[in-house]
Amino acid sequence: MVTAEVAEAVPAQTPEDRFDAVIAAEQRIEPRDWMPDAYRATLIRQIAQHAHSEIIGMQPEGNWLTRAPSLRRKAILLAKAQDEAGHGLYLYAAAETLGVDRAELTEKLISGRQKYSSIFNYPTLTFADVGVIGWLVDGAAICNQVPLCRCSYGPYARAMVRICKEESFHQRQGYELLMTLMRGTDAQRRMVQDAVDRWWWPSLMMFGPSDAESPNTARSMAWRIKRHTNDELRQRFVDMTVPQAEHLGVTLPDPELSWNEERGGWDFGEPDWSELTRVIHGQGPCNAQRVDRRRAAHEDGAWVREAAVAYAAKRAAEQAAPAERPTPEQEN
Amino acid sequence: MHDHTTSTTEDDHVYLSLAGATPGPEGEGRWAYGTGFADPLLGVDTALPAGLDGADLAAYCQMLGDDALILAQRLIEWCTRAPELEEEVALANLGLDLLGQARLLLTRAGQADGSGRTEDDLAYWREEHEFRNVRLVETPNGDFAYSIARLLLFSTARGALYEALGSHPDPVLAAVAVRGVKELAYHREYATAWTLRLGDGTPYSAERMQAGLDAVWPLLEELFTAHPVELRAGVDPAQLREPVLRELAAVIAEAGLTVPDVPPLATVLGRAGRDGVHTEALGPLLAELQVLARAHPGATW
Repeated sequence: MVTAEVAEAVPAQTPEDRFDAVIAAEQRIEPRDWMPDAYRATLIRQIAQHAHSEIIGMQPEGNWLTRAPSLRRKAILLAKAQDEAGHGLYLYAAAETLGVDRAELTEKLISGRQKYSSIFNYPTLTFADVGVIGWLVDGAAICNQVPLCRCSYGPYARAMVRICKEESFHQRQGYELLMTLMRGTDAQRRMVQDAVDRWWWPSLMMFGPSDAESPNTARSMAWRIKRHTNDELRQRFVDMTVPQAEHLGVTLPDPELSWNEERGGWDFGEPDWSELTRVIHGQGPCNAQRVDRRRAAHEDGAWVREAAVAYAAKRAAEQAAPAERPTPEQEN
Repeated sequence: MHDHTTSTTEDDHVYLSLAGATPGPEGEGRWAYGTGFADPLLGVDTALPAGLDGADLAAYCQMLGDDALILAQRLIEWCTRAPELEEEVALANLGLDLLGQARLLLTRAGQADGSGRTEDDLAYWREEHEFRNVRLVETPNGDFAYSIARLLLFSTARGALYEALGSHPDPVLAAVAVRGVKELAYHREYATAWTLRLGDGTPYSAERMQAGLDAVWPLLEELFTAHPVELRAGVDPAQLREPVLRELAAVIAEAGLTVPDVPPLATVLGRAGRDGVHTEALGPLLAELQVLARAHPGATW
């Protein structure tokens, strides 16, 4: 329908012209519309990585679920983990509209052929990490994801609207936890600062390499999958976070952080990209552990999924062939 | 139809400045009960009705609250280990329901006995022998079939108990029970659906499901064995025995499985979970649950 409407407005001959016109008109590409193979492949990769990140992202926080120090924090954390599983479900469903299925994507995740956000390859060492992940990691994710609510691919954009709303709750709850800890004991305050020290740089690296090192950015922007460059989003995140850190009473571990009056933003230092490269290449503190856990869950659950399929097939067969059941008359 | 074009200003709507922002009621409804920032018993009359013994009511609320808390902890252990993402969502949901019940019941226990202990005082600072849950909820998760079998037994029995407690003279306990009936109905539906799928799925799944039922069955009788506190402050669980067994038998038959014919797990000098005498599984569970809270006495989280 998109293509039909646009076709009226902008006479176009080929499917490719129509695709370009939809993109140029800031409208949405829908699953049945023609799209370039590379556009489809880019989206599948991006949505799958995003879905995997939600699912793998349950693990670092899940590490504290059984030990959460109050029942209220336990409930909040469990609700968050549940939301993340739900986000994974919406995102896999969005990917499925592009002609792949969840089982195939899961297989790629557990065999290491598809990636997830490297941030989840860092360990959660104290309960303050739970708060800092909410504040910084979810905060960075929100900066990345809010523009995706206007992504040119309809199913992805729509999934992101709901996900972003929930992520903003998670961020707020993470910040509220940190505020509580900062008002608490010296040990709790030290815990928060230590967690901020460990998570700050990895959070900045969530935006990806600098624009000069990001060859795919231009094409994704032309396709309206991406709306802002990595460096723009990183800057936005830093500008948003610095006053929050001040309010919280923590120090961001960057001696180069300073207000730049001229451009009205914060200057900040360069992350250690070589460390990120090592983490991306599988040498992060938790890479093996995260994928192993996901693989174990998948493999341990295989017999359960097989049983559900077999059960559904039996019920479907009964529905299809009701005459095979004897009637009361025949039984008499 | 497809006019989803939006202005760039919408980009900024969730960049809410967290600094100084106080969490408001906005959207709290979508959170699981008790994850919000409000008093969990807000709006319920918490005065102890005349004629109710506070100590007995507190002990009874601890029994039911401990059942819910310990089973919630076991369900939480499934997180990131479930056989399918839908099950991740569902098991977390069940855990949240039970955790919500536990919080209300333990809060009530601390009010009823006059000690003023909070839900966290009771959850984190009692010793193992002071926990009064039945042994059914504390055994390790086992495989998915064992966990489903346990859930089937617990949800069927607890649903029946909550139905009977809806008219309890304590308004808090009655309110927890009334809401709990709906929650437990879903838990039972979930456990029943999986009992059928596993029982009538593949030969292997049928074997696992039968093994799961056989393994949890010895722990069932304890749910129908009255402790004196239950007789004084609540409902005699013996009266639930027949209807619960009937319901369980119906589900098991539909799944093509056999009602286990196994004797109940013995007690220790006549004492079991309700008396604070547990299996070896509870200690490690509590050690994990309590470790962080106990490392920081007096801290607020």
